[in-house]
Amino acid sequence: MKKRNAFSYAKYGYLFSIPFIVAYAIFHLYPILFTTIIGFTDLKGLGRTSFSFLSDPFLNFKNILSSELFRTALKNTVVIWIANFIPQIVFALLFTAWFTSPRCKLRGQGFFKVVFYMPNIMTAATIAVLFQALFAYPTSPMNDLLMKLGILSSPFNFQVSKLSAKLVVAFIQFWMWYGYTMIILISGVLGINPEIFEAAEIDGCSSSQTFFRITLPCLKTIILYVLITALIGGLTMYDIPRMYLNGGPDSSTLTLNVFIYNQAFSGSYMYNRAAAASMLVFLLIGICSVFIFRMYRDKDQKKTDRRRRHIAARKEVVNE
Amino acid sequence: MSNEMRKVKRVSRPLVVLMYAVCIFFAILSLLPFVIMIINSTRNTYQVQQHALSFLPSKYLLDNLKILTSKDIFHPLVGFLNSFIISAGTTACAIYFSTLTAYAIVAYQWKLRNAFFTFILAVMMIPAQVTSIGFYQMVYRVHMTNNFLPLILPAIASPSMVFFMRQYMIPSLPMEIIESARVDGCREFRIFNQIVIPMVKPAMATQGIFCFVASWNQLFLPQILLTNKKRYTMPIMVSLLKGDIYKTEYGAVYLGLALTVLPLFVVYFLLSKYIIAGVALGGVKG
Repeated sequence: MKKRNAFSYAKYGYLFSIPFIVAYAIFHLYPILFTTIIGFTDLKGLGRTSFSFLSDPFLNFKNILSSELFRTALKNTVVIWIANFIPQIVFALLFTAWFTSPRCKLRGQGFFKVVFYMPNIMTAATIAVLFQALFAYPTSPMNDLLMKLGILSSPFNFQVSKLSAKLVVAFIQFWMWYGYTMIILISGVLGINPEIFEAAEIDGCSSSQTFFRITLPCLKTIILYVLITALIGGLTMYDIPRMYLNGGPDSSTLTLNVFIYNQAFSGSYMYNRAAAASMLVFLLIGICSVFIFRMYRDKDQKKTDRRRRHIAARKEVVNE
Repeated sequence: MSNEMRKVKRVSRPLVVLMYAVCIFFAILSLLPFVIMIINSTRNTYQVQQHALSFLPSKYLLDNLKILTSKDIFHPLVGFLNSFIISAGTTACAIYFSTLTAYAIVAYQWKLRNAFFTFILAVMMIPAQVTSIGFYQMVYRVHMTNNFLPLILPAIASPSMVFFMRQYMIPSLPMEIIESARVDGCREFRIFNQIVIPMVKPAMATQGIFCFVASWNQLFLPQILLTNKKRYTMPIMVSLLKGDIYKTEYGAVYLGLALTVLPLFVVYFLLSKYIIAGVALGGVKG
């Protein structure tokens, strides 16, 4: 009787997963496979849907890998990502240390958190165009401010210099994400067993010792999580570089996704080459995903192992 | 004991002052662009040209709105409506079906359950952009470009939300209540709709806010699929503000930008507490 019940309930597990599985197959899995296939074909030109496979199946991939522009895009993506991520994690950790330290109970933490996080929730496209206006030439709030402060004597054209264009994009990314990273890290610190901190306090640790020797090692998994999600976000960075200067000046803010968009939806509509480039980005992300997946599994595995050991130990005690 | 208490008490005063100074600097940094955007949307071209940076609102808000809408390019109401339909549809699909899928994983013992969950973990991080070429070709072939459904329906399968809902359900869903509902003769689907959903509402609300905001802000896929101007969403409309038509209408451009994020401002001011708590929760659970 009981067995039949269990069997009839299992059916609902499958039944309730059907919408997800069907939607995933149609809207996610099929496009992945289709993109892969297009990467090996001659599909290009606006409105074309028929294609045939290339005699050299890897021609698109070879073209992409030897393309100067693709390499520039890859380099820009990495440079902009590093220039945004290092200050982001440094300031996020700094604020985390300050906001969670029992020795400096800063007031208005709630307010600071709300304000620091705010840029993250706003439309990236709007922010990019807003910054374009803020850094415009010759009259813009930024030039106005710098000249009032006496830093500049005449307006500077931020959008013609390659370096400053890159830096502004990196700054926008930093500005949008440091609050998010900070909140994640703070919640990580609050999740650490407070007894560890008490023990450190009793042992006479200084605040910097506590932070570097206890807080940081305990935050390892969360920092890794932040790092990898930021890396995936960075590799698919699109809205800001596209809306800020559309990859310019002279391709200095061209990122991988802007490159893919330009290949497929402008010029000669080379869907095949864009698909090949997408697959290369996908490969990069896939490596990161496997990494994350391992991380989760190891963590869970350790937990169950510990529990199993704990139960075994308890059983031994009972047996004795 | 008392000696130790004193030792851990406080950091030195200059350091506290420095901490406040840095915090206030970053608070200004985070707010200033938005403040400039709002102030400048009330000023006219001449004023912005004279002093681009000012903290005094002027009286040209309505004039700027007239300039903005008179060019028949930027239609904030159309963009608002389109964005709202897509975001609301996406959010509804994502939270309902993700909860259903998570419930299937948590509440039932079935053979492929673990394999299915492993699959969800594995695909969780795949961003939609990398498969956009195949997605575009698929939608183009069935003549569904400029239709909102290809932007809404994929949300039925949202792996990361399923993951979150599962993590939330495992400790907080009492199976005894479900068992007793079964004893009372309640059907499984009704149990889900009338018992499970009310119990996980807080998590659904949190995920709903994030889903709505993410969908509202999305640019890449809508930009590829929606080519008809009547179908533009707010983020796509932003690019219209960059055109030559508004080249010297500084105040109007700032106003247009402010309008595209107005709903987000409202949402954030009303719900910031829950949003911050939700972000923190995502970090702990993830």
